[in-house]
Amino acid sequence: METTFVRRELIAPLPPPLATRGLLGFLRWRLFGGVLNTVLTLLGLLILLVLVPPALRFLLIDAVWSGSSRTDCLAETLGRPVGACWPFVFAKFRQFMYGFYPESEQWRVNLTYALGVALLIPLLIPRVPYKALNAVAFFGAFPVVAFFLLVGDVFGLPHVETRYWGGMLVTLVITFTALIGSIPLGVLFALGRASKLPIVRMLCVIFVEFWRGVPLVTVLFFATYMLPLFLPGNWRFDPLARVLVGEVLFAGAYMAEVVRGGLQAVPRGQYEGATALGLGYWRMMGFVVLPQALKYVIPAMVNSFIALFKDTTLVLIVSIFDLLGQLRAAFADPNWATPVTLFTGFAFAGIFYFLISFAMSRYALYTERRLDTGARR
Amino acid sequence: MELRKPEVKDGPPRVALRNNPKVRSTFYQVIVLLVVLGCAYAFAVNASANLRAQGFASGFGFLGNTAGFGINQTLIAYSETDSYGRVFLVGLLNTLLVAVVGCVFATVLGFIIGLARLSPNWLIARLGGAYVETIRNLPLLFQILFWYLAVLGAMPAPRNSIGLGLQPILMAIGDAFAGLGLPAATVEIWRSLATWVGPPDVYINNRGVILPQPLLGEGFEWVAIAFGVGVIGAFALRIVARRRLDATGETFAAGWIGLALIVGLPVATLYALGVPLSFEHPQLRGFNFVGGVRLIPELVALLVALITYTAAFIAEVVRGGVLAVPRGQSEAAQALGLRRSVILRLIIVPQALRVIVPPLTNQYLNLTKNSSLAVAIGYPDLFAVFAGTTLNQTHQAIEIIAITMAVYLSISLITSVLMNWYNARMRLSER
Repeated sequence: METTFVRRELIAPLPPPLATRGLLGFLRWRLFGGVLNTVLTLLGLLILLVLVPPALRFLLIDAVWSGSSRTDCLAETLGRPVGACWPFVFAKFRQFMYGFYPESEQWRVNLTYALGVALLIPLLIPRVPYKALNAVAFFGAFPVVAFFLLVGDVFGLPHVETRYWGGMLVTLVITFTALIGSIPLGVLFALGRASKLPIVRMLCVIFVEFWRGVPLVTVLFFATYMLPLFLPGNWRFDPLARVLVGEVLFAGAYMAEVVRGGLQAVPRGQYEGATALGLGYWRMMGFVVLPQALKYVIPAMVNSFIALFKDTTLVLIVSIFDLLGQLRAAFADPNWATPVTLFTGFAFAGIFYFLISFAMSRYALYTERRLDTGARR
Repeated sequence: MELRKPEVKDGPPRVALRNNPKVRSTFYQVIVLLVVLGCAYAFAVNASANLRAQGFASGFGFLGNTAGFGINQTLIAYSETDSYGRVFLVGLLNTLLVAVVGCVFATVLGFIIGLARLSPNWLIARLGGAYVETIRNLPLLFQILFWYLAVLGAMPAPRNSIGLGLQPILMAIGDAFAGLGLPAATVEIWRSLATWVGPPDVYINNRGVILPQPLLGEGFEWVAIAFGVGVIGAFALRIVARRRLDATGETFAAGWIGLALIVGLPVATLYALGVPLSFEHPQLRGFNFVGGVRLIPELVALLVALITYTAAFIAEVVRGGVLAVPRGQSEAAQALGLRRSVILRLIIVPQALRVIVPPLTNQYLNLTKNSSLAVAIGYPDLFAVFAGTTLNQTHQAIEIIAITMAVYLSISLITSVLMNWYNARMRLSER
């Protein structure tokens, strides 16, 4: 007689309890599970209630969309509460974008932007071919073209002095120059810091730690007031160029630390393998180590570019009027002095800065995930 | 073809002098050094020539000269007739004030937001994430100017100051009840509660924030001494308890008793001396406030911006640190039967702190360096009064910028030395 029982087929698993699944489970576990959780949810709702509706009212519902002067944005004229005064931004838009760049020459700025975007976008999309050529064009040729386009004085283009530059133009010029200047400088100092030559290493450590140890404002002051004293007296040195030198040195030091991290992440075997193949120092670094090291640190590099981009605002302290500087200058215009002008201007600039930084940080995350595949087994 | 027989020699292989690694490295280093020294020499020659041409003085003698300008916030006595050296000291103290207060509050806010992002509550986690993303993606100078120009600039004049405290909140609830058309009795409850609470002690207006001023009475120094004794006692107790634990295995609640010592001893002294401490409450008289201390709007804007900005970064540090503790650690602790609070205190926090502390110090350093942005809104920190006003008046760019850089650099170096010491102490001793 059969006394044992053997189950021949698996029974189907029970569905999870209703209260952990779907909307109900979500509400129960993630929002209203327990007293503390409920209190936190209510607190969160209160915060949303305090922040979101007023912000929407200000930016969209109560906002003024057309007008030509401050009177169009006054509550007395409109007879209702006034939100953002967008006509202020429209009226000052040219100033925010170009500063006081002559109006007849603004096509040159636009052309530079168009060129930059046309070269940058294929560089950012991994699937587009000809990366090396593209990189050479963007990092090598584009700065030269942009320089002559913006400064002029060649090919019959009238000269535009940098004191007329301003707004987003200056923000982007500083960001871009610091970006392409800091990479070679950073690589050089990272290599120096990892070098076996004690004097070279010491000099590089001093350089990097010095610039990293002081605030950017002091670097900008150094570049503006102290650097001209160190150069021969007959050298005329453009104020914007001084700031660029300061930004490049500062960004280069931070970049050196980023690249150093990449160099340390390259396995020892790679160095040894290259040496065994008979490669000298520069060939080993150029063909074997740096390509891998730089690949590792692309996300960190993008993050330091975000910091760089945000830090360009500091140039307004040395009287170079980037977007934030132009914004501040625009606040002083009595034609647009209303109670909402300040908030409107800050909303506009905030959205601008946020969108660019946020896009860059998402791109860093994206590359991080994409590059991670090699290391993940 | 004739093969040459390889020569076999004793001793190291002979290489040409130019291929000798030692010679090569020395050669290159000497060249680098010569280039650097050459640049430094050229800079020095140019600088002295330029200074002579411009006719400005050089050297540090200017530190003794009379400054001749006022400073709107000084922690030590200062007048226009004081020297530039005194200006430097005033600025340095103002910088340190912002740095210390900023670090304390940024840490608290940063921990709250970092833990909120880890909360199982979906809404709170999302709100924490939104805060971090928004704040981190806006330039700090933008935020400082926003708080200073837009928010504090939009505050009412002193006579219409906004009070911050329980009473205005209760009044607002009462008004909301009235607005909803609820019975007058319920509205009245909130209003009378508000009256019972009394007027708030903190006011904000376009001239800054007014706080109650603590007045120290006779013998208050004894309370401070008691506090010091309490701290030392708590540490001593901790060491003794640790030794006893190692020797006998008996635990002793040194933490709680230590806390009682630190808090209890000063409080007991305070009451024993008949409370030599009182607060002078700010009161509106006519167009302005009488009593209390006023924080200038520049300080308030700078602090708010620095605290909220740094807190976003600290939140990320905290989140990373807590996530860095493997799940197995808390599961193993649960399996051992430890209570939740004990797991947190003995397993999670020590391991998370090891990850958190180095980047946290980095953030403190950033906050200190970022406080130099004060110059944009005119808060008299070291940079604004020294590299700003003093530089404008004396034109001694080299000396002044060098001193300013040296101050920030020494703060950075001291911090990193301390950090290395901490890291060495906390390093996991692996096999």
